[in-house]
Amino acid sequence: MSAIATPLAREPVLSLRGVNKRFGAVQALTDVHIDVAAGEVVALVGDNGAGKSTLVKVIAGVYQPDSGDIRFSGINVTVGGPGEAQALGIATVFQDLALCDNLDVVANLFLGREDLAGGLLNEVKMEKEAWRLLRTLSAKIPSVRIPIAALSGGQRQTVAIARSLVGDPKVVMLDEPTAALGVAQTAEVLNMIERLREHGLGVILISHNMADVQAVADRIVVLRLGRNAAEFRVEEATTDQLVAAITGASDNVVAARAERRRTDGAEAQLEEGNSDG
Amino acid sequence: MADTEQTHTVADDLADERLIRVQGLSGLVHMTWNRLRSGELGSLPVVVGLVVISILFYAMEPRFLSSRSLVSITQFAAPIGIIALGIVLVLLLGQIDLSVGSVSGLAAAGMAVLVVRHGYSELVGIMAALTVGLLIGAVYAVLHNRLGVPSFVFSLAGLLGFQGLLLYVLGRQGTINLPSGSFLVEFTRFKFVTGLTSYVLVLAVVAVFLATQLWGIRTRTRAGLSAPGQGAVLIKVGLLAVGLLVLTWYVNLDRGWSYLWLFFVFLVVVMDLLLRRTRWGRHVFAVGGNEEAARRSGVKVGRIYFTVFASCSMLAAVGGLLAAGLQTSVSQASGTTDTNLTAIAAAVIGGTSLFGGRGSAYSAMLGIIVLQAIQSGLNMVGVDSSVRFMVTGGVLLLAVAIDSVSRRARSSSGRG
Repeated sequence: MSAIATPLAREPVLSLRGVNKRFGAVQALTDVHIDVAAGEVVALVGDNGAGKSTLVKVIAGVYQPDSGDIRFSGINVTVGGPGEAQALGIATVFQDLALCDNLDVVANLFLGREDLAGGLLNEVKMEKEAWRLLRTLSAKIPSVRIPIAALSGGQRQTVAIARSLVGDPKVVMLDEPTAALGVAQTAEVLNMIERLREHGLGVILISHNMADVQAVADRIVVLRLGRNAAEFRVEEATTDQLVAAITGASDNVVAARAERRRTDGAEAQLEEGNSDG
Repeated sequence: MADTEQTHTVADDLADERLIRVQGLSGLVHMTWNRLRSGELGSLPVVVGLVVISILFYAMEPRFLSSRSLVSITQFAAPIGIIALGIVLVLLLGQIDLSVGSVSGLAAAGMAVLVVRHGYSELVGIMAALTVGLLIGAVYAVLHNRLGVPSFVFSLAGLLGFQGLLLYVLGRQGTINLPSGSFLVEFTRFKFVTGLTSYVLVLAVVAVFLATQLWGIRTRTRAGLSAPGQGAVLIKVGLLAVGLLVLTWYVNLDRGWSYLWLFFVFLVVVMDLLLRRTRWGRHVFAVGGNEEAARRSGVKVGRIYFTVFASCSMLAAVGGLLAAGLQTSVSQASGTTDTNLTAIAAAVIGGTSLFGGRGSAYSAMLGIIVLQAIQSGLNMVGVDSSVRFMVTGGVLLLAVAIDSVSRRARSSSGRG
């Protein structure tokens, strides 16, 4: 059933081949491959325990793979730690955002990468740069001089995404960016992801939300039990196919539930029609 | 896009249409009121408290506000104020150091023993005391970073242990008097800035303040960002100048500003600059706000803990040395529990949060002035030290209550 997508038109900016990772007796990743090209959004989906987080952490340099190749811009690299990943140009927005509530937006954006002038913080330059970053995302933040605690969930997500852009990365990984957001805020974050793509960045989007994935991704990579289960181009994939690939069967709980609702709905409609007549 | 056109007329940071524009003086007053209502109290409660205390004691004993009294309040506030400055740093990380009093006593005793009993020069004694502070801070940092011992526990151990060490170092005699010509005694007790020098100093401070403010406005406008109006800045500078000149004139009626107090103020200003304008200070606030986020952003968290614990213990040592100079002796009572708790209380009363990530260097100054004012006021009125402890306790409780209430107001109005 896996429709292996057509080979990429462009050279991938980030490419993983045959990645294995085990924790004690658990084989978390088995021979996993994934490619991301510049200006492409790749969604990484899978059930809990499918290995998404492990794969993200391997790419982010948090874990070292037991075996496998990581190629970045066509060169074989080893990602020894989060710092090295950032230096290469791989930025990660973690699910818990990792922002300091007591610091303002500028301070958070440049935390650990402050701009200095004569030993002191160059606040003016950083504030200027902050506005530029936020504008490339068309982000709506009323002021960059208010503490993060005063921002809404969507605005915090915006700040976290903007922060990932500070070092001019080539690849941005977003871990569940819409998990805690409302409808309008989710739409804003999806817009932002599209803007990252327009700016020629490779984006890896981890999400549980099929609607979001289908709305914004170019390709969808499905992991199941630590292996590549399927890969779709987004226009080829239906929700049913995705769910089937994620769960590993077509007669699964989700499909059965959908089926039952469809028949229930039909009966209800039938009854309504009867009472009308 | 619409906002690119806007930027020609509106500064970059004011382009969002949801921002409430501040116009004129009434707008400024309105914004300040809103800020207070939402729990951004800053140093307002302390200042109000200080005014209330002054009026109360003045009503009971007019000598309280005499220039002689003000001079000695500032002079005697400084040593513990310096210790409180270290406490502010530790509190900003959400940690605590209960042992600063013992460390201050131990450092002073070490200095006194070297100088008086072994005949080393005073410089050697002072360097030794600072080294003791540095080493203690380093040990604390290792205990915290490597072993994960909570700061409450290791500093409690330090409180007891170093007090014991103080007794051991002092030996049988118990009290060591510093020689009368000693630098520390001279510096802390008899050196004052008065007359023309004091006014020149005030004008220099005002000039530097004005220059930095104008420089700030210039760089911000050049970069296309909003800047405070020149009028507001001139009012601020004018108020500062008048305030400082009047105070200087008033203390000059007596002996003038003590070197000790000016040294403390200098340390506070430098610490404020370090905290707000350097990478290190930014990282201190970040670690205090969200340690994990700071670590992931590449902040060297262990190094921040090391520098903060070391600075705190060294400032405690400095405070201990100056307190010894002021008392002209080191005794078994140097830096006992009273010093510890006064220093911690001063930092908290001044407005530094116990929960980390919020506070400023100036809170050490404000807090210690409040406590010292209460102490000397009660002394003048002639009440027992039992009352002083109770009043200090009450004030501390009040300060923490205000902090907690304003925290709640902040979280309900989204200011963290």
